[in-house]
Amino acid sequence: MKRISQLVVAALLALLLGACGGVPLRGTGDLGLVIERASGHVTLVNTSSRSAYARVGGLGDLSHASVVFSRDARYAFIFGRDGVLSKLDLLEGRIVKRVMQSGNAIGGSISQDGRIVVAQNYTPGGIKAFDAETLELLAEVPAEYAPGRFSKVVGLADAPGNKFAYALFDGGEIWVSDFSDPKKPVTQRYPAGQQPYDGLVTPDGRHYLAGLFGEDGIALLDLWQPEKGARKILEKYGRGEEKLPVFKMPHLRGWSVAAGRAWLPAIGRHEVLVADATTWKETGRVAVKGQPVFVIASPDGRQVWVNFAFPDNGWVQVIDTLTGQVVQTLQPGKAVLHMEFTPRGEAVWLSARDDNRVVIYDTKTFRALGSLTADAPSGIFFTSRAARTGF
Amino acid sequence: MSIKRWTPLLASVLAGLASVALAEPSPARQQELVRLVRQDCGSCHGMTLRGGLGPALLPATLAEKPAEGLVATIIGGRPGTPMPPWHRFLAEDEAQWIVAKLMAGFPE
Repeated sequence: MKRISQLVVAALLALLLGACGGVPLRGTGDLGLVIERASGHVTLVNTSSRSAYARVGGLGDLSHASVVFSRDARYAFIFGRDGVLSKLDLLEGRIVKRVMQSGNAIGGSISQDGRIVVAQNYTPGGIKAFDAETLELLAEVPAEYAPGRFSKVVGLADAPGNKFAYALFDGGEIWVSDFSDPKKPVTQRYPAGQQPYDGLVTPDGRHYLAGLFGEDGIALLDLWQPEKGARKILEKYGRGEEKLPVFKMPHLRGWSVAAGRAWLPAIGRHEVLVADATTWKETGRVAVKGQPVFVIASPDGRQVWVNFAFPDNGWVQVIDTLTGQVVQTLQPGKAVLHMEFTPRGEAVWLSARDDNRVVIYDTKTFRALGSLTADAPSGIFFTSRAARTGF
Repeated sequence: MSIKRWTPLLASVLAGLASVALAEPSPARQQELVRLVRQDCGSCHGMTLRGGLGPALLPATLAEKPAEGLVATIIGGRPGTPMPPWHRFLAEDEAQWIVAKLMAGFPE
């Protein structure tokens, strides 16, 4: 009897809370957030209604902020440039916890089992691991590639087995840290090449690729047989020609694998490089409007959307992966910084920083479906990332 | 703290002042330049200029560096690093103005 009355009380409480809090029961699969880089805000959005439902401030310097999601897709972990890691509840629209974790951060990642959140840092160079529940520091791996010399860390990506792969810009190496014991990570080092600028893990978690800035080529590590070491693919893609200036570093993420091929930004060439994702041999190139920054495949892999570095950042081009041709050239707004597909890719959201808005396009008709205002929007992150390796 | 130690700083400040006095961009252009530095230089140096893949561009970090060298880096880039040349988008006197502002504390 006592148990039943307890249940009744609990149910009533839940009802009351629901009513008072204004947060009806719902899932998070169609939610996401937009970084408003200049003002330290994020706007929380709903991709079904194509609208914003909340705005959260007080997040510090969000220039170049990136986000990963908890595995229940309720919480967003936001890595601010100023080194603050914030945990945000998408349902309640509030910050749950913040920790100052470094002087200068560049992003982060979450482990396969969802228990460990790892931040990658420029200063002091290295990675730091936190308990995803409490944000308590678990361990750190300083990127000391030579005695007393620390590297900026780039391209952090989660890999199966609670491992994290990342690259050392100054050290020219790929490191893989195994967090099977979260407080005692074990790190392996692999020579990669000159100035890795970013990295990605393929959607199956098998290959880690680090784009190189200091030489033509991409370092590839097979995480199923890492003892073979990193090798270079797409070597000398510049054919010794003089590079065009790069006014913004490209970004890599696991989304660039589509239709059995990897679609990768060239450095200093207005091209997207295409490599077979089995043999890793070059299969083609696509001439595009400028220096590619993001080269992002739609969830079904049929399209690859490309945005560009300054001064071509008002353009976006769409490549059809079947023909390898540019099929659409769009001008969504001024300074297009990022693009994010809805979970199954019927629409894509683009941030136009200098227009202070986010524009939504239909991926079939290429028609604009609507827009949202946001203060200098940069990254757009949807919860569908929660279930994807490398995101 | 001998005067010798301060000479390069003084010289660079004077050079900065001189260039500002000589060729001040129009107020509208100044706004564009501030935006360019914060947003586009900021993609490597940080929007707050505290550094990123590129070094910090704060008065304290630039204090020991000669202004002319900084102007040359902006205009011509720095080979071997990701710093590209900006001469397509900036005249030399505009780069001088940017350097002077950086060394004094860059406007918001």
